[in-house]
Amino acid sequence: MSEPTLYVGRFSRSERTLHWVHACAFLVLLGSGLALYLPQLAERIGRRPLLKDVHVYTAVAWLAAIVAIVVLGDRAGLRRTVRELEWFDQDDRDWLRGRHAPQGRFNAGQKLNAAISAALAVLFAVSGFLLWLGERDTAYRFASTLLVHDWLMWVALVLLVGHLYLAVIHPATRHALRGMTRGSVRYEWAEAHHPKWVRRESEPGSE
Amino acid sequence: MDASDSRPYGRRAFLGVLAAGFAALLGGHPLERVGQLLTPVEGALGFDGWRIYTVASTMPRFERATWRLRIDGLVERPRELGYAELLALPQTSEVRDFHCVTGWSVPNVHWRGVRLRHVLDAVGPLPAAGALRFVSAEIPYEDSLTLAQARLADVLLATHMDGRPLSRAHGAPVRLVIPEMYGYKGVKWVERIELTGQPATGYWERRGYDLDAWVGRSNGRV
Repeated sequence: MSEPTLYVGRFSRSERTLHWVHACAFLVLLGSGLALYLPQLAERIGRRPLLKDVHVYTAVAWLAAIVAIVVLGDRAGLRRTVRELEWFDQDDRDWLRGRHAPQGRFNAGQKLNAAISAALAVLFAVSGFLLWLGERDTAYRFASTLLVHDWLMWVALVLLVGHLYLAVIHPATRHALRGMTRGSVRYEWAEAHHPKWVRRESEPGSE
Repeated sequence: MDASDSRPYGRRAFLGVLAAGFAALLGGHPLERVGQLLTPVEGALGFDGWRIYTVASTMPRFERATWRLRIDGLVERPRELGYAELLALPQTSEVRDFHCVTGWSVPNVHWRGVRLRHVLDAVGPLPAAGALRFVSAEIPYEDSLTLAQARLADVLLATHMDGRPLSRAHGAPVRLVIPEMYGYKGVKWVERIELTGQPATGYWERRGYDLDAWVGRSNGRV
């Protein structure tokens, strides 16, 4: 008889909701944004006023949903997660230098990805809001707003491709996707990839 | 968790990217030079520097056989021109940078067409005429120029761009080109030019844009 598979909870409901709201909004914004941006798509699809509305209202819904999750969700847990993402210990720094070092719930790459993605989200929202406002009031029309918005898209796209590769394709890491869909991951996998976190989880009161 | 050897690299990365982004928002045009690094990537994706802005849900389609450009209003000799008649007028070229009010530019666009002042001379504006209203087949787009602006030597009714007849996206068969003004003044898919007393408020001007859209020193020009 084989041993039952052990799972360990990695992402809370609030974390997962936040992730999927962000992911869905990003894909809709990317699709509608590209149709507004690339001439061939713009010509083939047309319907610019409709696409613009989809783009703008999705952005509003995205921000509102994020605020709602943070306010209504597990705030203390999210605050703890933010702190985890912010701080890099010696092992994290070694990992960044390409050395093997035991990692916590997030490895250093995931921490960086989260920090950069969060900053991109803020910049997307600010530059997008300025674009919307600039159409209504010339005082808010700056020469580089559109370029910044485009640039953010390219940087975010590169991060997304890397993220999708690791989450869906790369054999060693794709099990992590389960953590983001069902909340938990296999114990052995967690022990191999995030040993410091698993150790901490199994020692109550060590936080 | 926050052991003594921990450093807030995550927070620094967040703030660093934010700072870079805000600097770019405020800083302006050094960014354009960096942006040129992206040109090959964008080119591969079909981005040629132009953005196609439309206000209706579909772009007007040019039918050569039925297309007419009507010039009327306060003129002595109202006229209707077919596409062949428009091409038969004296042709001229302008190689100029195109500037959009939203902050992008396309350098060295080769325009070919007929000078607007030449068309004006042909219809003879009445003394009461002080402005031109350009009506697009893309409803409800329209914009206007003063008669003096319309008589500037570099203002064209362009039928060709970069050596080819205007594509549908660029306003086929004819668009207005005012090199010294922002693109929103250059009505695409022009099908009527009405001479009026005063400049009419155009589509974007009703939404807060300036009636006189001189590029001046903006968009990286000096």
